[in-house]
Amino acid sequence: MSAAEQDAVIQASRRDILKGGGALTVAMWLPTGGAQANDADVTKSGTWAPNAFVRIDKDSTVTVLSKHTEMGQGSYTGLATIVAEELDADWNQIRVEGAPADVKLYGNLAWGGAFQGTGGSTAIANSYDQLKQAGATARAMLVTAAANRWKVPASEITIASGVVQHKSGKSARFGELVADAAKLPVPTDVKAKDPSTYNRIGKSAPRVDSKAKSTGKAIFTQDFKLPGMVTAVVAHPPRFGAKVKSFDATKAKQVKGVKAVVQFDTAARSGVAVVATDFWAAKKGRDALTVEWDESNAFKQSSDDLLKEYRELTKKPGAVARKEGDVEQAFAKAARTLEATYEFPYLAHATMEPMNCVVKIGQGSCEIWNGEQFQTADQTAVAKLLGLAPKDVKINQLYAGGSFGRRANPLSDYVVETAAIAKAMGTTDPVKLVWTREDDMRAGYYRPMYVHWMKAGVDAQGKIVAWQHRIVGQSIIAGTVFASNDPIDFTSVEGAKNLPYHIPNLQVELHTTKPQVPVLWWRSVGSTHTAYATECFLDDIARETRQDPYALRRSLLEKHPRHLAVLDLVAEKSGWKKQRAADEVYGLALHESFNSVVGEVAKLKKTPNGPKLVSVVCAVDCGIAVNPNIIAMQMESGIGYGLSAALTGAVTFKEGRVEQDNFDTYPVLRINEMPAIETHIVPSKNKPTGVGEPGTPVIAPALANALAQIDGKPVRSLPLSTQGVKLA
Amino acid sequence: MITLDINGQKVQTDAEPDTPLLWVLRDHLGMTGSKYGCGKALCGACTVHVDGNATRSCVLPVEAVASSKITTIEAVGASKVGKAIQDAWIAEDVPQCGYCQSGQIMSATALLTTNSKPTDADIDAAMSGNVCRCATYVRIRAAIKRAAGTLA
Repeated sequence: MSAAEQDAVIQASRRDILKGGGALTVAMWLPTGGAQANDADVTKSGTWAPNAFVRIDKDSTVTVLSKHTEMGQGSYTGLATIVAEELDADWNQIRVEGAPADVKLYGNLAWGGAFQGTGGSTAIANSYDQLKQAGATARAMLVTAAANRWKVPASEITIASGVVQHKSGKSARFGELVADAAKLPVPTDVKAKDPSTYNRIGKSAPRVDSKAKSTGKAIFTQDFKLPGMVTAVVAHPPRFGAKVKSFDATKAKQVKGVKAVVQFDTAARSGVAVVATDFWAAKKGRDALTVEWDESNAFKQSSDDLLKEYRELTKKPGAVARKEGDVEQAFAKAARTLEATYEFPYLAHATMEPMNCVVKIGQGSCEIWNGEQFQTADQTAVAKLLGLAPKDVKINQLYAGGSFGRRANPLSDYVVETAAIAKAMGTTDPVKLVWTREDDMRAGYYRPMYVHWMKAGVDAQGKIVAWQHRIVGQSIIAGTVFASNDPIDFTSVEGAKNLPYHIPNLQVELHTTKPQVPVLWWRSVGSTHTAYATECFLDDIARETRQDPYALRRSLLEKHPRHLAVLDLVAEKSGWKKQRAADEVYGLALHESFNSVVGEVAKLKKTPNGPKLVSVVCAVDCGIAVNPNIIAMQMESGIGYGLSAALTGAVTFKEGRVEQDNFDTYPVLRINEMPAIETHIVPSKNKPTGVGEPGTPVIAPALANALAQIDGKPVRSLPLSTQGVKLA
Repeated sequence: MITLDINGQKVQTDAEPDTPLLWVLRDHLGMTGSKYGCGKALCGACTVHVDGNATRSCVLPVEAVASSKITTIEAVGASKVGKAIQDAWIAEDVPQCGYCQSGQIMSATALLTTNSKPTDADIDAAMSGNVCRCATYVRIRAAIKRAAGTLA
């Protein structure tokens, strides 16, 4: 592909992302090794690979190749559900393997296929048609093989629970047909199942990885080991943008087990690595290291400075992201106006598994083992560093111990860091980079800090006639392959720009700031802050105009049947219209992200120790519910993750230094703070949409809206712990 | 050389005496089920049993446990309670990313071993040292109750 063609693809995919993804989701049929399968597709072990997504062994094991990382969100299980449905396989014969990096076969179709990666809650949405077709074609070939063998019409053959059968009594398991099926031409006109005939999709199937993850056997990058492998622990700069001026490794090298001390400089950061036989030796060596830093161009601001600057910016007009009617005129005519300012801190992803990676540099090649979320970017970046072609960089997919966006780094920061250390070593010894929790939390790539200013005008009847929303904060996509000339970074305004409520005069504006803080998408991206500002402000208006929050939302959603259905379902299941107990308050929020709509009702109980979040009722419309069990798990997880940030999450800076470094200074949600959660799914015939992120942004406004009902004082700055709010 | 009693077997290690038990298990003995999460006993991912007690191995120098009986996730299923907990974890589909779950299972097993019918408050007290960023807490609670039921 020429540079111009590549650029065109990137542009196309960017437009797609800006449309919210999914627009280019088309059925794509990709047989391995050309249009026709042949004997070569049966490997020595007797495995048949009818296409890039399905392999069937002689022992009837069906292996689904997942192009999406399994980082907890259940993609391996959800994707396998689609293949199992089309194959009519038995769930017990299914296993899942991470696909290698190969953008032609495994590009994310929600991103125009231009990148291989996982994000934006696209795994099921972009794979649905592709895997239906992959499974259906494999099924058709098994049926043809059986029909030929039994000399019966293919139309008389059925498959149930992994058994191919004919009314004559003949039957075969998949493995028995593999050799014959492999000799058949791959049909190109197979029709996948009509959703009305599904017998697996829509029903809950257990996760494919529960056993491995309940017995300590699942292999994460942290656990991966190669012969001769060494471990690197790093000294990162104390401030973003600082460079290594010099270092003294004398004491570090005296630590038993330390083999080398090397400097690295990558696009993300500069640093020094201590490489040793094992982690503890490397860490002791790192702690004994003395590094002098050049901080002349380093970030030296404090959070308070930034907040002051952002608050000032909210007073000035920003770049217009959406404009309908004329807000100024409407405010002038309104019976009353309301204003509010909302403030959101930087947030760390704080995955359970701190960032790490294994790299082995060979002769003219490189191999990586990692919980990969952005294969194309990582492969290209490492190839560039080592002067290799991307195809010579092999990526092996391992389980990721959480990500929430952190591992999809456009600069491939920790992956390139590992490769740079391995390169600086100048050996072929495999290198495992292990960040400590402190390294991980201080290394940047946070959810940006934002300040929102909002103004609404209401008429004498309490009808909202005008809505102005001004957002101030950093751009996540600036400087990445996703950047464009558009002054509006879609990720900064998503959830605000596409506000579903019908308000005749509406304006959304953006000020993009540029502090030197590395920022990144964080589970539900722009919605992490826009959902809070919009849903809390709407409740403010309801409270000030004495309207029921549910009724007010209903009155503004005439043109949005999906939102209405979710809103009605969550209201019904939570008993919104019923009388509350004297010590009970409910808070409601509704939000669309990644093409799924989620409504949540937070139920608080007043206790002598303060309000207690007893339960959350959640309703979701995510199109066809491929695996309701995974959907419920993702709503529970998203609510817990969002709640954690709402209660205590904040990364702050003092003169450029990060003030948090571990779970004592960056507290996260624990079991005693977790509410009961019930999830209800809106029945749908639409194609599936995402579930990994959409549950997350809704809980903070639902909780805040409940809290505001206790004393009428809305909380407009997060986390709640900084506002004197502590739950019982 | 330090001799350890791990999962009923005597094993020798030449690790430095100040090395935390976690890193002896992971880097010296190749037992990677116990996880590194914080290095400060704040998250519980490294939880093992030392003489039956749930203990954070990331801050425990190996020299301090030379005379103790150590059990890890690799062998917790050999006990009736440990097996019941693991079965319940699978039945309730607790794990998501799964990285913290070895530690969760070790803490839950220690809880059920001393308290066969834990209340919600007992579960909170015993499990609040174990962080799960996927927030699988609803199912952890359900799995502990399920295991308690199967053992009753």
